[in-house]
Amino acid sequence: MPENGLDQERLTWLLTQMTRIREFEERVKRTFEEHPGVIRGHTHLADGAEASIVGSIAALRPDDQLLTTYRCHGYPLALGTDAKAMMAEIYGRETGLCGGYGGSMHLTDVDRGFLGTSGIVGQGIPHAAGAAWAAQIRGQGQVVLSFFGDGASKQGAFHETMNIASLWKLPVVFVMENNNYNVYTRVEQEDANAAAGEPLAVKATAYSMPGVTVDGGDPVEVYEHVSAAVARARSGEGPTLVESRVYRLSAHGNIIAPPGVPLHFPEHEAITVFGNAEEYEAAKRGDPVPRFRARLVTDGTLTTEEADAIAEAARTEMDEAVEFGLSSPFPAPEKAVDHVYA
Amino acid sequence: MPRELPYIAAIGEAVHQEMERDPTVLYFGQNLATSDEDPFLQAFGADRVRVTPISETAEIGMAVGAAFAGYRPVVQLYMAEFMLVAMDQVVNEAPRFHYMTAGQVTVPIVLQAGYGFTAGWAGQHTGSIYGMFMGVPGLKVAVPATPAEAKGLMTASIRDDNPVVFFHHYLLTLEHGDVPEGEHVVPLGEAAVVREGGDVTIVAIGWLVGKALAAAEQLAAEGIEAEVIDPRTLAPLDTRTILESVAKTGKLVVADQSTRHGSAAAVIAAEAASEGFSALKAPIGLVTALDATIPYSQPMEEYLLPDEAKIVAAVQQAVGSAPVAA
Repeated sequence: MPENGLDQERLTWLLTQMTRIREFEERVKRTFEEHPGVIRGHTHLADGAEASIVGSIAALRPDDQLLTTYRCHGYPLALGTDAKAMMAEIYGRETGLCGGYGGSMHLTDVDRGFLGTSGIVGQGIPHAAGAAWAAQIRGQGQVVLSFFGDGASKQGAFHETMNIASLWKLPVVFVMENNNYNVYTRVEQEDANAAAGEPLAVKATAYSMPGVTVDGGDPVEVYEHVSAAVARARSGEGPTLVESRVYRLSAHGNIIAPPGVPLHFPEHEAITVFGNAEEYEAAKRGDPVPRFRARLVTDGTLTTEEADAIAEAARTEMDEAVEFGLSSPFPAPEKAVDHVYA
Repeated sequence: MPRELPYIAAIGEAVHQEMERDPTVLYFGQNLATSDEDPFLQAFGADRVRVTPISETAEIGMAVGAAFAGYRPVVQLYMAEFMLVAMDQVVNEAPRFHYMTAGQVTVPIVLQAGYGFTAGWAGQHTGSIYGMFMGVPGLKVAVPATPAEAKGLMTASIRDDNPVVFFHHYLLTLEHGDVPEGEHVVPLGEAAVVREGGDVTIVAIGWLVGKALAAAEQLAAEGIEAEVIDPRTLAPLDTRTILESVAKTGKLVVADQSTRHGSAAAVIAAEAASEGFSALKAPIGLVTALDATIPYSQPMEEYLLPDEAKIVAAVQQAVGSAPVAA
């Protein structure tokens, strides 16, 4: 077994989860074309961030917990949530993970430690710290991962929570997925550290916690750094800020349009706003999913046939998820007034 | 056995008793438990009782997260206005999750927020801002008027599985009253008829319950018997008790310390007009603060606020015994 503890089975698990997430997101995106009107509102995809998501989650124990952003489809898939229930939720069906009450931005699976997803930038960060406080009190060594984007690090909620989490040595790891864009705004247009040519991980220094920048396209590198941060948190030494550099391969979200205008995913903002097709093409060439697959085939971890079988299984699974979602009934309208109060 | 306690001590007693009863209750906030002598810290330890930085978004957000993870946090915010710097957490996080997750998640948090400090605190620390929270689905709003209510509503708020904003009135802080010892629960969503009468219904909120009772005594001397209702919570609002009283009296006056537009008084009046119109024999009287920021100087402050005399005048108007205007 290699030094980082990732044996063949674990490496295969990483690729399998990355492949499932990519396939799921592709099917969400295709739904806009193949089944117009089925997905409403605003949907955000994790394609490009699979390695960061899966490498981070691989560092957890089964009783650990995580909270994320509205770009939230990837995490529950890696935690074992049923893809059918997830797709049905995105399609607004009664069989959905949240009964059609939440949709794409608020996926939650408490039984798997996926505690609740805020759709407001940065506001889930204190939720994660609160769950980490609960873990600290409980004293069973649980750790909480808090995922958010580079844009969220400009929110007061981020700074307030970084301070208190470090002060209280909470068992939380802050994973900042820096995809270089806050919707249409490039990071150096809005971030003082980025504008000064520094990594965003330097924000950790102000809160007396370690900060590290990792290649979020490499699940093994992510796993190694998040594992170290998780171990530190579990041992009572407090939080770490992990800046995971990723590139989202789709636009921020589907177009924002009033009812009557068919929704679709436009091209990435690098092209549509900044006219920088080369940046986007370079990111595509570095796509983490084929990159990791090629690595495992090249180093002999998997045969080509085994890697193909992983892709085929993901396609079949997500075919079924789409079919399940489309064939599921809508909730009874009068259920809209259930769950107002507990 | 009841014994006299000040309003603020009754709240503290409820928190203390619930922390003894339930190890998942947490208590934290700014400038709280900074000394080892703090009675909460001594009783429950530093895991459950903590001082925080001046970071309302993190405080309330962490309460939400701790609630996700099975705890019942009580956040001591001191001034209700301090919630306004963390409005997303109060309005758009805490009350949304139970619904958005189809009931997978509950958020049993209590936000302890003082209000109405109209004692020279000027424009930013004096608001009676409960009205802006009563229209948020999933959020409960408690407005205790007496020490006993304060204890009973705080106990119920901590035990409730929903987020509750517990508005305690600063001018009532040292008011004494009988408070039951031991367990005392006032259910959320049940108004109290605190004085019976057949001529007019006065619905009064928080600090104005006492003013309304004093006004009722004054009116009784004129032969007008007022029924005084204390809603005790604004969300849920016990409209049934209010409507039943209006059905009996045919006249309604609502007393609310907040500014008039968008107020709890306006909502209560709308419910009465919508659901109880056939019983009403006179226009509904609204006794509220004038629509202005609270001024520092005392004569101006008093001019803006509702008081006993304004309640009496509104009742006289409603029952048709008002002196004819010049």
